[in-house]
Amino acid sequence: METRLNSTPPSNWSRRLQKRIGHGDLPWQGLIVIASALVMLIILGIAAFLWRQSSGTITKFGWSFVAPTADPNWDPINDNFQAWPFIYGTILTSVAAMILAVPISLGIAVFVAELCPEWLRTPLNWLVEMLAAIPSVIYGLWGLFVFLPVVTMPVGKVLGNTLGKAPLLSQLFGGPIPESGASRLGAALILSIMVIPTISAVTRDVLLAIPSHQREAALALGATRWEMIWQVLLPYGLSGILGADLIGLGRALGETMAVTMVIGNSLDPSPSLLRPGYTMASVIANEFAEAVSKIHVQALMEVGLALFLITLALNILARLLVWSVARRTPQEVRA
Amino acid sequence: MSAGTVSLSRFQQLMAQNQAARIARRKALNGVMLTLTGLLTVLALIPLFWIVGYVLYKGAAALSIAFFTQLPTPMGIPGGGVRNAIEGTIVITVLACLFAIPPGVLAAFYAARYPNTPLGVAVRFSTDVLSGVPSIVIGLFIYVLVVQPQGHYSALAGGIAVSLLMLPTIVRTTEEMLKLVPHSLREGSLALGAPEWKTSVSVLFPAALSGIITGFLLAISRAAGETAPLLFTALGNERYDIADIVHNGMVQKQGAFTILARIINQPADSLPLTLWKNSQQPFPERIQQSWAAALVLMVLALLINVFARVWVEYRRRKLQG
Repeated sequence: METRLNSTPPSNWSRRLQKRIGHGDLPWQGLIVIASALVMLIILGIAAFLWRQSSGTITKFGWSFVAPTADPNWDPINDNFQAWPFIYGTILTSVAAMILAVPISLGIAVFVAELCPEWLRTPLNWLVEMLAAIPSVIYGLWGLFVFLPVVTMPVGKVLGNTLGKAPLLSQLFGGPIPESGASRLGAALILSIMVIPTISAVTRDVLLAIPSHQREAALALGATRWEMIWQVLLPYGLSGILGADLIGLGRALGETMAVTMVIGNSLDPSPSLLRPGYTMASVIANEFAEAVSKIHVQALMEVGLALFLITLALNILARLLVWSVARRTPQEVRA
Repeated sequence: MSAGTVSLSRFQQLMAQNQAARIARRKALNGVMLTLTGLLTVLALIPLFWIVGYVLYKGAAALSIAFFTQLPTPMGIPGGGVRNAIEGTIVITVLACLFAIPPGVLAAFYAARYPNTPLGVAVRFSTDVLSGVPSIVIGLFIYVLVVQPQGHYSALAGGIAVSLLMLPTIVRTTEEMLKLVPHSLREGSLALGAPEWKTSVSVLFPAALSGIITGFLLAISRAAGETAPLLFTALGNERYDIADIVHNGMVQKQGAFTILARIINQPADSLPLTLWKNSQQPFPERIQQSWAAALVLMVLALLINVFARVWVEYRRRKLQG
C-alpha cells in the first residue's frame, strides 16, 4: 500500500500503450492489418509489374496495338505486333458462350431456388458445383477428343449450311469448319459449359436473397408462379443477376487451358465462328515459353495486361452489382 | 329496356369468355416455362455425367502401378509413369499452402472482426476481385516477380503462383466460418479478461477450425488442378525425382536445408501440366497417360468437394442447432 502510494504514476498515455502491448493486441492488430493490405497489394502489384514489363510495346505501338484493324500483323520475325485478332477471338468466343450460358443458368437458378422440391435442392446444388470443381484442363482433354468431333463438328456444319448462307450472317458463320472441329465455336461451347456453374450459383443466391413478401404479394394478386418469377423476382434481382453474368463473362474471358486445347490456335484471318483462332489467354499460353526476342515477350505481357484490365473492370462492376442486392437484404450474397 | 339488358349480358358473356381464355393462356405459359427451367437444368448436367463417365472409362483403362511409380520414358517409347509429376504436384501444392494459408487466415480474421471498416470492405472486395483474375495473368505476374530475378524456372515460382489462386478461397471460407462461431463464445472470452488476440487464436480459431480446414481442402483441390499459372513458372521437368535429389545430397553430405532448396529450386512437373503436354503429343501411349492423369485429378477434385460439402453442411446444422 505504501509503495504504491509513493511510486510516481506513469502518464496516462504510456500506461495505455503498455497495457495494449502487454496484452499483445497491438502486434496482433498490426499482423492482421498487414495481411489484409497484402491482398490488395497483390492486385496493385499485378497491374504495376505487367505495365512496367510491357512499356516497350506500349511506347512503340501505342493504341494501335489494341485497336481494331482489318489487316492485323503478329509477326515476331519483323517485330511487328498488333493484338486485335486475339482480342476479337476473346470477345467473340466469350460473347457466344454467354448467349448460350445466360438463359440456361437463369433456368437452373430459377428451378433450384423457386421450383424444385426441398429434397432435390441440395443434390442439385452439389451436382452443379461438381461441374465447377472439374479442372479446366480436363474440360480441354474431353473437348479435344470427344466434344469437338461428336458435337462441334456436326453443329458447325449445320450452322455453316444454314446461317452461313444467310446474307448478313455469312461473315460470322462462313467458311468450312475444320475436320477436327477445332474452332472458335468449339471454344465458345466449352466455355458456356464451364461458366454455367458460376453464373447459376450466383444467380441462385441472388434469388434466394429476395425477401419472401415479394413472392407472397405477387401470388396474392393472382399472378401465376411464372409471372411472379418473370415480373417480380427477376426485376427485383436484376442488378445482382447482371452481376452474376458479368462474373461469368470474366471467367470466360480469362479461361486458358480448355480454350487453348480446342480453339485450334491459328491466325486465321476469317472473322467466322467456325474457323480456328486464338484468344488473348491462349496466345500467351502458346507463345510465351517460346518467345525469344525481348519485344515479343513485351507484346505478350501487354496482351496479359489488357486481359487483366478488362477482367478487373468487369469484376469490380460485377461485385458492386451483386453487393447492391445483398445490401438491400439481410442475407449476404457472394460468389 | 329488355334489349339493353340482353346486350349487357352478352357483353359480360364475351368478357367472361375472354377472361377464361386469358387465364388458360397464362396457365399454359406458366406450365411451359416452368417445365423449361427443369429441362435446362437437366441439359446443363449432361456434360457433367458425360465427362465423368468418359474420363472414368478412358482413365481406368490407362491406369497402372507404373503410372504412379515410374519416371516418363523418352517420347515414343511405351511404358513409364508420371512419378515426377506426382512429386511435383505435391511439392508445388505444399509450397502454395505455406504461402497462402498464413496471410489468408490473418486477413480473414480482420475481415470477420471488422467487416464495416474501410479496410475490411476493401479486403473482402479485393479477395472477390482477385478470385476473378485470370490464372494465366497470375502466371505472367509471378514470371516477372520470381522467375526473371532468379533467372530460372522453379517449383518455388509455381508454388507462389498457385498460392495467389488459393488465397481468395482461403480468405473467404475462413471468414465465413469465423462468422458462424456464436457471439457468446467471443464475449465470454473477452469478459474473462482475455485480450483480443488470445480470444481469436485460442477461442474463435479452434471453434471454427474444422470448417476452416474444409476451406483449405477446397483451395487445395482447385490448386492441384491448375495448369495455366504453371506454364512459365514451374515449366515442367520430366526428370524431376525427389528420391534422386535426396540421395545425391546425402552422398555429397549436404545439409537438410541445401537438399530442400534443391528440391524447390528446380523446374518441376505437375499432373495437369503433364496432362496438357501429353495430350499435344502424337504418341498414343502419351495420350493414354493424359487420360490416366485426368482420372486421378478428377477423382481427387470430386472427392475433396463431396467431403467438404458434407462436412460444411454437417457443421452448419450443428452450429445453428
